[in-house]
Amino acid sequence: MKNKSGRGVSRRSFMAGLGAVAAGLKFAPGTVLAAEDKKLNFYNWDTYIGESTLGDFTAETGIDVTMDLYADNDELFAKLKEGNPGYDVIVPTNDFVERMITANMLEPLVGDLIPNIPNIDPTFRDAAFDPGRRFSLPYMWGTIGIGYRKSRVDGVPDSWKWLLDSDRYAGKVALMGDGTTMIQLTMKYLGYPLNDTDPAHIREAQDLLIRNKPNVKVFAEDNGQDLLLSGEVDICMEWNGDILQVMAEDDDIGYVVPREGGLLWQDCLCIPAGAPHPANAHQFINHLLDAKVGAEIADFIQYATPNAAARRLLPAEYNSNPAIFPPAETIRRSEVATYQGIEYTRAIDEAWTRVMAA
Amino acid sequence: MDKPRRNPRVFSLVAIPPSVWLLAFFLVPLTLVWAMSFGQKAGLIDIDYVWSLDNYARAMDPLYLRVFAKSFWFAALTTLICLGLGFVVAMSITFGPSRWRVPLLILVMLPFWTNLLVRTYALIAVFRTRGVVNGGLEQLWEWGNGLLAIIGLGHLELLGARFEPLQLLYNNGAVVAGLVYVHLPFMVLPLYASLDRMDRSCIEASLDLGAGHLRTILSVMIPMAMPGIVTGVIITFVPALGSFLTPDLLGGTDSQMIANVIERQFKSANDWPFGAALSFILMYVTFFAIALRAVWISRQRRLRGSL
Repeated sequence: MKNKSGRGVSRRSFMAGLGAVAAGLKFAPGTVLAAEDKKLNFYNWDTYIGESTLGDFTAETGIDVTMDLYADNDELFAKLKEGNPGYDVIVPTNDFVERMITANMLEPLVGDLIPNIPNIDPTFRDAAFDPGRRFSLPYMWGTIGIGYRKSRVDGVPDSWKWLLDSDRYAGKVALMGDGTTMIQLTMKYLGYPLNDTDPAHIREAQDLLIRNKPNVKVFAEDNGQDLLLSGEVDICMEWNGDILQVMAEDDDIGYVVPREGGLLWQDCLCIPAGAPHPANAHQFINHLLDAKVGAEIADFIQYATPNAAARRLLPAEYNSNPAIFPPAETIRRSEVATYQGIEYTRAIDEAWTRVMAA
Repeated sequence: MDKPRRNPRVFSLVAIPPSVWLLAFFLVPLTLVWAMSFGQKAGLIDIDYVWSLDNYARAMDPLYLRVFAKSFWFAALTTLICLGLGFVVAMSITFGPSRWRVPLLILVMLPFWTNLLVRTYALIAVFRTRGVVNGGLEQLWEWGNGLLAIIGLGHLELLGARFEPLQLLYNNGAVVAGLVYVHLPFMVLPLYASLDRMDRSCIEASLDLGAGHLRTILSVMIPMAMPGIVTGVIITFVPALGSFLTPDLLGGTDSQMIANVIERQFKSANDWPFGAALSFILMYVTFFAIALRAVWISRQRRLRGSL
């Protein structure tokens, strides 16, 4: 809180405060775009913004940004499903963008207010999970692949086999604690499509995971990179950005997307329904899509940016890093997870409970 | 000032805020969750309140019963270890030098001043492969080897060719150790309270009349500390049963507890009615435990009354 002056509250500032509270409580969609408070509530992942991005935005526009952090999409979804508690901009991953569109939880974007859209690489200007990009714009994208300690593995472990179906690294393997991703990538290893809903195939993936459990040390809660860095495991399944961050600390760590293909993800900028400051939100999204701002963010967090103009400003070591931008052939074999409905979600959760209980 | 009982107006004024609090922040939300446990999902965010028992029936699937059984086992083991350790700790605080009493109690409560997450991560730093414990053991191993080399036995590799770190994390043992660490204060404090209140002349009488120390503990102290033991067992067992952070962070591939399943229902599985039903099954068990305690206490009173 900034206004913590030692003096008592004057009546006028008290009334102003009340007004601000009332404005904050107003959730009706389609709130007047003009005359908003100079405020913005941004709900983002941890370490997922440039060092000076928010400060620069405030300096440029006078809009104060409050940033809250979430650890996973489920947390974001659970928080917004009973009504928007006051966030203006959120960064859900593609399958949750799709879910939230289905559940009418997103505000349509007004393209005219975001003149920086042409900076985005044309391949990202449309998406299967949001046809015509009505509700979302891409922020960062990446893959799930294998992080490994070079000195402890044979060559490059470029197959899911080493994680899912082998005792070569028994006791030194970390998988992910997210059941959906685990089952989907096991399907991929078994040669099925990532989003396969066939119960027999889900069963097959579940049985393989159970059979291979003795070789697995832990289903990590989004900290596979720490386990790798601390020597707890030699090989793990992780988001590329997480592995990249520890690669910067330890030369002995590598990352590869297996030749069977992996999971492609895309985190998107969206405005949740009922956002109290939609005009500021558009301004903020436009700011993030600026070439220079986008380049600063990508350079700091080391994720792949879909912003073509930003990439042109970045050095070759970023643009040609295979851990950030995997080879085109691997990308071609990789898939994006799409939302498959309630029955599928339940089937996957039950399969995962079985894996964890076995 | 009048006693509140004699002045009903003052009493009701004082009673209103806590009652409103209890109603608004405990009973109403709890009732909503309870109602939800009889509902079913209708679409992504909507829930139909259909008053069906489907969610409870689903929870009776052997899959979930096994997870319940495992959670009970973890919680029971945790409580038992806490009771053993806690009794020793509470006894040493009670019967130790009185100037040590306050510092020792503060030491027991100190961990509460830190967030559970921070404490759990600290445990990880202590127990991991290259953690504090294994680091210490490796140092000992090196000293041992050095000593053997000095006395000319180095070539025999009596301590193994290479230090093998203990696997202290990511297994069920780590989960129980973590749960004991977190819940020990819940056990020590009620035990201390009841031991401290105990009439010491009974202990002296027991010793004077020829009972040994062990006999005195078993036949005099434990029965007299029983209210503290029962309270400690309940307030250790109940939260241990509902733990999800500890198995998440310290557990291995088969350490799932029922609260992990519940957490997933509210997050990735997005099935709040089923999650509510599972939570309420835990709640029924808790009510049952507390009811047992009430029955036990009233029986004690009756016994004492009949003496």
